[in-house]
Amino acid sequence: MSKIFSKVPDTDWYKPRLAGTMFCVIGAFSLLLVRLFFLQVIEGEEYRRLSENNCIRLQSIKAPRGLIFDAKQRLLVDNRPAFNLTIVPKDARPVEKTIGRLSAYTQIPEEAFYKKLKGSRRRGAYKPVVLKPDISRDLLAVVEAHKFDLPGIAIEILPKRHYLYRYAAHLIGYLGEISAAELKSGQYPESQGGDSVGKFGIEKSGEGELRGKSGGRQVEVNARGQVVRVLKTVDAVPGCNIHMTIDHRLQVTAESLLAEQVGAVVAADAETGNILAMANSPTFDQNAFVTGMSHKDWNTLITDPYRPMENKVIQGEYPPASTYKIVTAIAGLEEGVIDENTTFFCPGYYRYGDRTFRCWRRSGHGSVNVAGALTVSCDVFFYQVGQRLGVDRLARYARACGLGKRTGIRLGHEGDGLIPTAAWKKKRVGVPWQRGETLSIAIGQGYNLATPLQMVMLTAAVANGGTLYRPHIIKKIVSAGGDIVLEAKPEAIGRLPASPETLRIVKKGLWQVVNGSRGTARLAKVDGVRISGKTGTAQVVSRKKNEDKQRKNVSRHLKPHAWFVAYGEKNGEQIAVTVIVEHGEHGSSAAAPIARDLIRAYFMADEEEHHAE
Amino acid sequence: MSLFYTGFQKRLLAHAAPCFVRSGQAPQIFFSAAVANTMFDRRLIQYFDWGLLLLTLLLCAVGLMTLYSAVAAGESALQKVLYFKQWVWYGVGFAAMTMCFVFDYKHMDRMAYGIYGLAVLLLGCVLLFGKLGGGSRRWLALGPVSLQPSELAKIAVIIILARYYSRRVKGEGFSLRELVPPFLLTAFPFVLIVRQPDLGTGLIIFLIAGTITLFVKIKRRSLVFLVFMTIAAIFAGSFFLKDYQKQRIMTFLNPDRDPLGAGYHIIQSKIAIGSGMITGKGLLKGTQNTLSFLPEQHTDFIFSVLAEEWGGIGASFITLLFMTLIIWGLNIAYNCRDHFGTILSVGVTAMIFWQAFINLGMVMGLMPVVGVPLPLISYGGSSILTIMVCIGILMNVSMRRFVVE
Repeated sequence: MSKIFSKVPDTDWYKPRLAGTMFCVIGAFSLLLVRLFFLQVIEGEEYRRLSENNCIRLQSIKAPRGLIFDAKQRLLVDNRPAFNLTIVPKDARPVEKTIGRLSAYTQIPEEAFYKKLKGSRRRGAYKPVVLKPDISRDLLAVVEAHKFDLPGIAIEILPKRHYLYRYAAHLIGYLGEISAAELKSGQYPESQGGDSVGKFGIEKSGEGELRGKSGGRQVEVNARGQVVRVLKTVDAVPGCNIHMTIDHRLQVTAESLLAEQVGAVVAADAETGNILAMANSPTFDQNAFVTGMSHKDWNTLITDPYRPMENKVIQGEYPPASTYKIVTAIAGLEEGVIDENTTFFCPGYYRYGDRTFRCWRRSGHGSVNVAGALTVSCDVFFYQVGQRLGVDRLARYARACGLGKRTGIRLGHEGDGLIPTAAWKKKRVGVPWQRGETLSIAIGQGYNLATPLQMVMLTAAVANGGTLYRPHIIKKIVSAGGDIVLEAKPEAIGRLPASPETLRIVKKGLWQVVNGSRGTARLAKVDGVRISGKTGTAQVVSRKKNEDKQRKNVSRHLKPHAWFVAYGEKNGEQIAVTVIVEHGEHGSSAAAPIARDLIRAYFMADEEEHHAE
Repeated sequence: MSLFYTGFQKRLLAHAAPCFVRSGQAPQIFFSAAVANTMFDRRLIQYFDWGLLLLTLLLCAVGLMTLYSAVAAGESALQKVLYFKQWVWYGVGFAAMTMCFVFDYKHMDRMAYGIYGLAVLLLGCVLLFGKLGGGSRRWLALGPVSLQPSELAKIAVIIILARYYSRRVKGEGFSLRELVPPFLLTAFPFVLIVRQPDLGTGLIIFLIAGTITLFVKIKRRSLVFLVFMTIAAIFAGSFFLKDYQKQRIMTFLNPDRDPLGAGYHIIQSKIAIGSGMITGKGLLKGTQNTLSFLPEQHTDFIFSVLAEEWGGIGASFITLLFMTLIIWGLNIAYNCRDHFGTILSVGVTAMIFWQAFINLGMVMGLMPVVGVPLPLISYGGSSILTIMVCIGILMNVSMRRFVVE
């Protein structure tokens, strides 16, 4: 230790080295001084000139957003050029005079311009300010004609979103100006304030792929702000094109079938989980968002009691009602509390403890087995199955069937649904589970909630032999250069907890719903297509007490929601469809015909195309 | 004052001879004696380095004036906040500096591994629960203040290398085998910092370590080998550097590559400096600055603002001021009587040198744009604090140049 500080013979070893080091330091700083001399004296005049004109400027080139196609290469969303009238205040000297002239030429009051100018007067007087976005061609011609009278005024051309059809608004979504919160979140590293980003639907969830990469230009401008020379250009990289799984024609059919009603329709390919159509009613106009929506219009949209901005397929959570009997039947058969031939007698009601649970049909269904109970939707039969299963066992099956949890579709705001258990009730409601409540649960009422998307995936799984798929809405993503970035493959996320034998029995029941003489949905029959399904009528009265007070049309809102889940098969192709009509009263009359027409349209369209070929 | 002490000082040393620690004495006794010396030795005040303090104060004054001008273009509220915060940082910096010279620097030799361990631990914490900012994790939030452990790591590496080399210095230089431990000691924090990612700071650490190592002398054969290895490492580096890091290096090699990113900054910075010409545009009159053409004009590009407004006269004055500071630091190393103090002084001086040289070279378009602030002038607490600590260490060594135990 002490050796360190002792005087070893070579105590001055560092002295010559320090001299060398100092020499290096002086050399390095001399280099800097020479560079300073070079910049400030030899080239000083040139740099002074450049700085006085401030003539090196950066202009950004916005990347065109990716296009959106349907499954059959039909263009759904496009870009169109938009012309923005801009001013660079420092070039437009004197600004008052220029704006006065601009106002005279365009017949737009000066105040409108000043308002825009004031709103954006902060830093960087050389940054263009948009005076009027998206001007008409006539106005453009006027401004161009007087260009030399208007220093500092320029036309900026930007690609703007254009939605070709007023369909699939909830699925495709729309663009809007990036919010302060979104900017801060760091999820949009390439965007700046004022940029448009996807706000809803695929425009939002596919933002990363659709956005592309902005480029830029370094230009030299003259004193009037006109570009003299382009020094360097970095081209923008256009966003990727998205090919969706939906079929535009089927989508149009679905939306027209739903018109004038409040509800949702979703159709999926049962063999892949691809969404073929997703319709909501009422809907909204996406192009209204592109041109900028007034506060009033926005308020009407979001306060509308029929919730046009809600994607009811994924966000709407409804009691699944009798469609849930599919789950109860599976659970009962698998757990062995019933078999194919177990019959219960339905006199129209079921006594449990001191309560009486009614069947929807007052006169009763007589003796029914499980397939028959599905066919006639006998409540009494399923009360007894539910009672034998208990709530927790039933819940386990429901979750395994994909209910009560998100499907993982690539859209925001997906609802979870709700599958109650005894533990859940104790925790959430604070009261122990009443055994009688299990009876309501068994027929899909009570606390049960499901989204139409969960029901359609469940239906598809029944149809395809038990595979639960993740619902896909994107078929493939193709870069602007033509490379396939992503090609969606069917993604199994689970299997129904049902043996082939169980599925056979359930399918038999569902087949009779449409085709049997006692079936509840005989309306849904289509020639040449094997259709099976299940109706549902969801009671809303008890659930919506508070909401109803605020509503005008109370009597309508007391009516139950109408469900119909179905699958159709023809030539080995299978389509699963779920329809919900809010307050449509009966699944059989309000929802089943919509599903029927959609299935028919799907297979007919196929036929037409085959003929065309 | 003369840069090199000669005869007079040597005689003085001879007088001080009785208080030298001789070999064989127990370390504990030695340290307590040293502390007692620190407290009462009047020569400490006599030998206080007023010149170094003056240089520091001058640079701080320049920094405040330039910062005032640099932020003048922005919104006035923000401007006041930045300006006020900078005052606070200088205050904190001076306190840290004082703390760094009141005790004998030889304690640092003993604490070297402790400081190093703490620095590495904090770097690990940064990677695990650091605060995100601008795409990287560099800060540790400690209540209201954020700490940048990579700054502590710089000083820790200097101290630990000074300890390692000071025990082994010899005339003929170090062999490759002896260079392995210091290499590992440097590489460990380097890797942690580059992972944050913070290429600029990582590079500075390596440059400092390299400078110290070259200073303590390497055997010629080893040196040739190391140069060869460095070239190979640069090739290897191109494999695992982040894209934007490569981009920055490529931008330097070929400014036309990314005209709208870093290349644009360099062009605007050159216009700002060049347009200052000889006499400058005057305080607060820099057009490049006031029009927000310069990016980060109050941090990394603050020299451009200064050169534009103060012209060649001001810019070369500041450049020379930095050169004087660095020569001063080397002179302190020259006059130090023990190996640890000499190497320590060279290390901290190397740190100030590289930061100043890289920053100046960068804004003048001589070097790639790596985020390195200009010592004592750029806005920012971590940088000021670190440089002040370095100056405190230099003062420490300087004022004890004749108090050899």
